[in-house]
Amino acid sequence: MSDKHPRKHSAGQHAKPVGASPAAEETAAAVALDTAGGAMEPSAVPATAQSGKLPGGSETLARRIFTGSGMVSVLAVLLALIIGGLLIASTDERVGATSTYLFARPSDFLSAVWTAATGSYVALFQGAIFNPLASSVGVQFAPLMETLTIATPLITAGLGVALAFRAGLFNIGAQGQIIMAGILAAWVGFALHLPVGLHLLLVLVAGIVGGALWGGLVGLLKARTGAHEVILTIMFNYVALYFLGYLLNTPAFQRPGESNPISPILDPTAVYPQILGSQYRLHLGFILAIAATVLVWWLLNRSTVGFEFRAVGANPKAAQTAGINVSRSTILVMAIAGALAGMSGVAQVAGTEKVLTDGVAATYGFDAITVALLGRSTPWGTFAAGLLFGAFRAGAVQMQIQTGTPIDIVLVVQSLIVLFIAAPPLVRAVFGLNPRRRKPAKAGRSQKAATTGGAA
Amino acid sequence: MVRVLKLELRGITKRFGSLLANDHIDVVVEPGQIHCLLGENGAGKSTLMNVLYGLYEPTEGEILIDDKPVSFRGPGDAMAAGIGMVHQHFMLVPVFTVAENVALGAESTKTGGFLNLDDTRRKIKEISDRYGFDVDPDALVEDLPVGVQQRVEIIKALVRDARVLILDEPTAVLTPQDTDELLDIMRQLKSSGTSIVFISHKLREVKAVSDTITVIRRGKVVGSADPAASTAELASMMVGRAVSLTLDKAPAKPRERTFQVKDLTVIAPSGQHVVDGISFDIARGEILALAGVQGNGQTELTEAILGLQERVHGSIMLDGEELLGRSVKDVLNSGVGFVPEDRSVDGLIGTFSIAENLILDRYDQPPFAKGISMSPAKVLENAKTRIGEFDVRTQSGSLAAGTLSGGNQQKVVMARELSRPLRLFIASQPTRGVDVGSIEFLHKRIVAERDHGTPVLIVSTELDEVMELADRIAVVYKGKLVGIVPAGTGRDVLGLMMAGISPEDAAPTDTSHADKLPAENGHPGTDTPETPRTSTASAEGGDHV
Repeated sequence: MSDKHPRKHSAGQHAKPVGASPAAEETAAAVALDTAGGAMEPSAVPATAQSGKLPGGSETLARRIFTGSGMVSVLAVLLALIIGGLLIASTDERVGATSTYLFARPSDFLSAVWTAATGSYVALFQGAIFNPLASSVGVQFAPLMETLTIATPLITAGLGVALAFRAGLFNIGAQGQIIMAGILAAWVGFALHLPVGLHLLLVLVAGIVGGALWGGLVGLLKARTGAHEVILTIMFNYVALYFLGYLLNTPAFQRPGESNPISPILDPTAVYPQILGSQYRLHLGFILAIAATVLVWWLLNRSTVGFEFRAVGANPKAAQTAGINVSRSTILVMAIAGALAGMSGVAQVAGTEKVLTDGVAATYGFDAITVALLGRSTPWGTFAAGLLFGAFRAGAVQMQIQTGTPIDIVLVVQSLIVLFIAAPPLVRAVFGLNPRRRKPAKAGRSQKAATTGGAA
Repeated sequence: MVRVLKLELRGITKRFGSLLANDHIDVVVEPGQIHCLLGENGAGKSTLMNVLYGLYEPTEGEILIDDKPVSFRGPGDAMAAGIGMVHQHFMLVPVFTVAENVALGAESTKTGGFLNLDDTRRKIKEISDRYGFDVDPDALVEDLPVGVQQRVEIIKALVRDARVLILDEPTAVLTPQDTDELLDIMRQLKSSGTSIVFISHKLREVKAVSDTITVIRRGKVVGSADPAASTAELASMMVGRAVSLTLDKAPAKPRERTFQVKDLTVIAPSGQHVVDGISFDIARGEILALAGVQGNGQTELTEAILGLQERVHGSIMLDGEELLGRSVKDVLNSGVGFVPEDRSVDGLIGTFSIAENLILDRYDQPPFAKGISMSPAKVLENAKTRIGEFDVRTQSGSLAAGTLSGGNQQKVVMARELSRPLRLFIASQPTRGVDVGSIEFLHKRIVAERDHGTPVLIVSTELDEVMELADRIAVVYKGKLVGIVPAGTGRDVLGLMMAGISPEDAAPTDTSHADKLPAENGHPGTDTPETPRTSTASAEGGDHV
């Protein structure tokens, strides 16, 4: 055990106090080495294996689902469309007829499947983007304009959900926030009579403030009492919905002399101008949605506020240790998320519908969750996902008219998308992309993908 | 029926993607030997043992027991073959009794499906008596001290008739005294015919107990060593290059005492006083090391200084200003550098880039931000400088911090906290999980910060690190200050103090300066008389043991 005779060990050439005893040296050696102990993961284990231990336990299932790789989103959509196509085919009469002699002439059956599925999707496309059968160029592009119109509230509400998620919060409350914003915006729109410009501005501000308050309240309750935002936002959705129902049964929100639950039409000074002329419903709200996307991008990636949001979302403990006020961030991000959802409410009452009804939010608030999910909680991803869902909704009507395929198939496709995004390994397995299955030659690439997946 | 096993690992290779964690490792564990696997953190020791225990499937290579190849599909197979493992983090159910934990997974039942623990109890008693474990089979595991819990783990393996026992970093959680007892137990087990694979990077323990040492570096066996080899030799084998093992540290020149903690009490949500009336102060140009076994209030103490704890009483003065009751941001901005003990939880955001992590507590200050608008160019520029200065091994500052190795992550945290003017520097476990070369560097930086005139508080559970860095050593036990002793105090005394024994009782009779120490424990507010002692201590500054 003694090291009185250190054989030309190389440590000796390093500077050390003259006359340091072997014992002291030994202690020092132990110091240097012992301190390498501790609870850290061995670094020889790759990031994939470590991902469960990544800082802040950020690799929760929810986080993986919301911020998975973009490729999975694209593949999930593709896969959902394929399965949707098979479902369409399964209800098709000709497919049914040919299936009786499937083994005699399988080609008939397969071509029937192909025709049914593609026929529906072509109709969907014609209803959502471009209709070549229409008489003039203007009408040919009408479906696209409709898609953009429907996408507008989806994008802004989706941004609200996405932003909150980046700060680690599940904002299920876009629905309620849209409703509250709609109530305030509509009231300012029909009850006040103000000059052009000012009136619309006030409508917009009222809607944004309404949404921000409704969202901010959730943030406040969470920060002060620790109540979970999922429970809070779900309950706030009900409160907002029934509050709207109540208001629409009071004279203040009804048309004079009528008792239907529908508000007066908003003043012409209070509605969004139709930006491409009166033949399209597309309104200023879409431009604002683009602006909101840019703003959210800037906020998240270039501002101190967004830095705080992201830090709190990724690792609240580290954020707190670095002096970030987590409570303040929670309140602020929910208020901004509510404001964004509020823009959807304004787009509905001041853009698309021009009145307030109990269906003002339709299902935009819930679809927004899917949109944010599909967009991986990035601003431009959410924008693109909003456009896609807008296209689904716009095209579904045309699809039903042309091919008799029920509108509900779009809902099925949307649900399948969520399902597949929630199960990335399933999607990768279907497309044969699972890293573990790869041959060693390709391991380098899949390793990189896995690493970025763990770190993204 | 004492079965003696010869265990052989032949050409074991384990790959994770493109990463080679084990590269053709050959190890032979002779029957009745203590075989040590020595290597740095991340060298691949634990991976190898997980392969042996059936938790990982090897990419290549085979395991032989008594020269016959075997293959394990899981820990169950390994256990059946006579291999037992005690993990670094215990696998016990806290609310179960010892007997229930031992029986778990191999329960025997009476007629009617009732649990039959009598057999298990008897076996526990038997083993406990044979090795002098002193374990009560009916005690709840959560009530047992860590050292005893570890013995329960060992019993678990022995009850299942383990002939080869794998101990993965068993001493990481133990006090020095517990460690000595464990080493005794290991010797006893060996003499009764059990082979032990002992995984460690602590040279002293390895030298004390091993029969054979296999050194592993970067997934490869780099050779075997004789336990009689010198520490320096083992160290350089482990690291692969010459390591400077002594810290060039000039004696401290303490100046005015700018940091004072008085009667600090932190109350946990459970109502427990996790920090209980602690008082100390630190002078500019002095390092005070806070020693103690993990979980004795150190974490809460540092968090209280930073403003992270809610129920805090007492006073924390820095340059005559009260820190208590201020926000974390305020405290940081007033010039407190803080390295939290668990960098992956509190110190870094793994999904953020290295550059962003390097400004985590200054993101809203110039030059990184004007108003609320941040400048990514400045952030990256700062990263470049810091990465160079602290030798962070990475290809780019824009990579996620989570992709760095533990040592490099720690360098990022240290670089962030040390690269601004400080009035107080607090570092908890500054070199945990850091490779030897980096430790050397980080220690130098800490000493440099001291010499720059900053009061430094180091919290470490590693006694050796405490002894290396400290100008004075404060020992805490169960939230209370056991005492403050000079740097030269021996490890025996410190070890006893870490178990709660006051410095007077702990000090051997021949220690001259130990009996001068005032017992600060329980006498908060009597911190003034220690002033003359500090100068003595620092003059002696760690140049003897």
